[in-house]
Amino acid sequence: MNASPSGAAPDGARGSNDHLLERYRDMRRIRTFEERVGELFVRGESAGSMLHLSIGEESAAVGAVAAMRDGDTFTTHHRGHGIFLARGADPDRMMAEIGGKDTGYCRGKGGSMHIADMGLGHLGANAIVGGGIPAVVGAGLASKREGRGAVSTAFFGDGAMQQGILYESMNMAALWDLPVMFVCINNQYGMGTRIDRATRGTQLHERALAFGLAARSVDGLDVEVVEEAAQELFEGARGGKPGFLAISCFRFFGHARKDKSPYRTEQEEREGRERDPVRHTRERLVAEGRDAADLDALDATIAKEMDASIDFAIGSDAPAMDSMFRDVYGPDEAAPESVRARLDRVLARA
Amino acid sequence: MAQITYRDALRQALVDAMEADDSVLVIGEEVGRYGGAYGVTKGLIEQFGQARVLDTPISEAGIVGTAVGAAMSGLRPVAELMYVDFIGMTMDQLCNQAAKIRYMFGGQIGVPMVLRTQGGTGRSAGAQHSQSLEGLVMHTPGLRLVMPATAYDAYHLLRQSLVQPDPVVFIEHKGLYTMKEEADLAAEPPAWGKAVVRRPGADLVIVTYSRQVHQALAAAEALAADGIQACVIDLRTLNPLDFDTVRTEVEKVGRAMVVSEAVMTAGVAAELAARISEECFDYLEQPVLRIAGEDIPISVSVELEANSVPTPALIEHAARRLVE
Repeated sequence: MNASPSGAAPDGARGSNDHLLERYRDMRRIRTFEERVGELFVRGESAGSMLHLSIGEESAAVGAVAAMRDGDTFTTHHRGHGIFLARGADPDRMMAEIGGKDTGYCRGKGGSMHIADMGLGHLGANAIVGGGIPAVVGAGLASKREGRGAVSTAFFGDGAMQQGILYESMNMAALWDLPVMFVCINNQYGMGTRIDRATRGTQLHERALAFGLAARSVDGLDVEVVEEAAQELFEGARGGKPGFLAISCFRFFGHARKDKSPYRTEQEEREGRERDPVRHTRERLVAEGRDAADLDALDATIAKEMDASIDFAIGSDAPAMDSMFRDVYGPDEAAPESVRARLDRVLARA
Repeated sequence: MAQITYRDALRQALVDAMEADDSVLVIGEEVGRYGGAYGVTKGLIEQFGQARVLDTPISEAGIVGTAVGAAMSGLRPVAELMYVDFIGMTMDQLCNQAAKIRYMFGGQIGVPMVLRTQGGTGRSAGAQHSQSLEGLVMHTPGLRLVMPATAYDAYHLLRQSLVQPDPVVFIEHKGLYTMKEEADLAAEPPAWGKAVVRRPGADLVIVTYSRQVHQALAAAEALAADGIQACVIDLRTLNPLDFDTVRTEVEKVGRAMVVSEAVMTAGVAAELAARISEECFDYLEQPVLRIAGEDIPISVSVELEANSVPTPALIEHAARRLVE
């Protein structure tokens, strides 16, 4: 596991400057990692352009993940790099997966949108909007049955608020008193459609209240505000009262790497980027007496760590061709016959 | 040997599996207090309790998605989809999630769940409750597909499905639930993924599965009266597909037809016929025939419904032409 994910015990008590520094570091790591993902794409080393950056959303990932404990599980949406990093992901293996390399979390078969790691309780990122949500109901059932107190969390964006599967899932989680959390990272845009062009019901948590969940909407500018709400809701979820948390933030860049955001104005982008949770946290730290030079040094250390992840990804091998038919079925099952092998067999008989 | 219905064999399989493995649980609409729309899960909630027999809201996608998450968390869920016609509601969870998780995640984890459902005609259930949609499942790598024709197979294939490492779609036929047969469920189970020759025959091979096995056997009986010997192969599982048995029999005989209740175009019968044509070409004396469902929705009218899918008379008619 990588150094000090948010889930690990912070050095300082909540509300202290040390605690905030921990959160700042985790957020900065996400910011820098995402910037390097963009670089990987520009250098032509990413596997495709389906790269969805979470820059501007770092407080949502770090604040919510701070409420998670060992043994907790989660699923994410397609914009989930930050959540997994906050939970302790190894940036090398993440970057390698994004590059489609054999050293990646999924041996290069998943990519940015399908990163998973059972060791860290990551039941999978998902490329279908809302697709990963109901799995946490099943994981919650298993947790409740075993009495482990583990909470399973679905992370998704505001786009999934308009998907039916969310409501089926929230309803069952509430009906069965499951240790489940639903965390909506509301970055204002489902691809190019702003939330107020997608729904009249923009008070997102009200929908969860209707299903009997504990629910809150918070502003995501300050990570400790997010964390405080998450702690409260996760505590309830551990006791069998599922929760819903909507965190409002702003997606700094386009939907994916090639999207230049023609659907929003420069002014909107400028104002949105002023609500920068990383800069906000840094300014708070300095205002509370932290030396800016120390923060610069921390940033530089993180930059080196993330630079190394690019080198690791680029230096890693592609998966071997013979892995192509592996893992369609279980390890002891016969692999599917390739089209080529089948053709050769049929033609040899002709 | 005891007489047992297809339905009771399925129920017995669930009971035995739940007794043998504490991680097996049943989840679906009306599976508990109601006892299952077709009665397969009757009595389970009394025996195993609400924690293992979960009545759900009418949320098919949520049911399958919950089963996916439960299967990834150490449980062995048997999700019930009341009618295979509702599979459209679950396609994302089934085809994008359950089927692909092992592969997408580089083999880290599988989804060992069973989706029990039923399909087919025979109860005047209309166009949205009578379909044969196995082709959708067979077209999705990662999903196993089981379609038993007998009570004995229903029992054993369900037990075997519950020890598979991968998601299994288990499609029962609504027209078979009350069918009785002499079956010793304690006898040696069939080999998983192997077809069975239900009737040997030297004149033509009929490849089929599920209820059409019985239609084919009825046709074979009528043909035998005129000295035409039809071999009937029951595939039992469509994934894995035991093509070796098909090839062996077709190469012996040189004439083959595929019988399926699903609509003909781009269907299971088309796939099987193509394979036979491709792999057994040198042995074939006639084109491979498809006897399949008409390319139309199913009517509620008893007469129209019965003629929308292969009948013994149609199979017999085609067989006579094939051996002429």
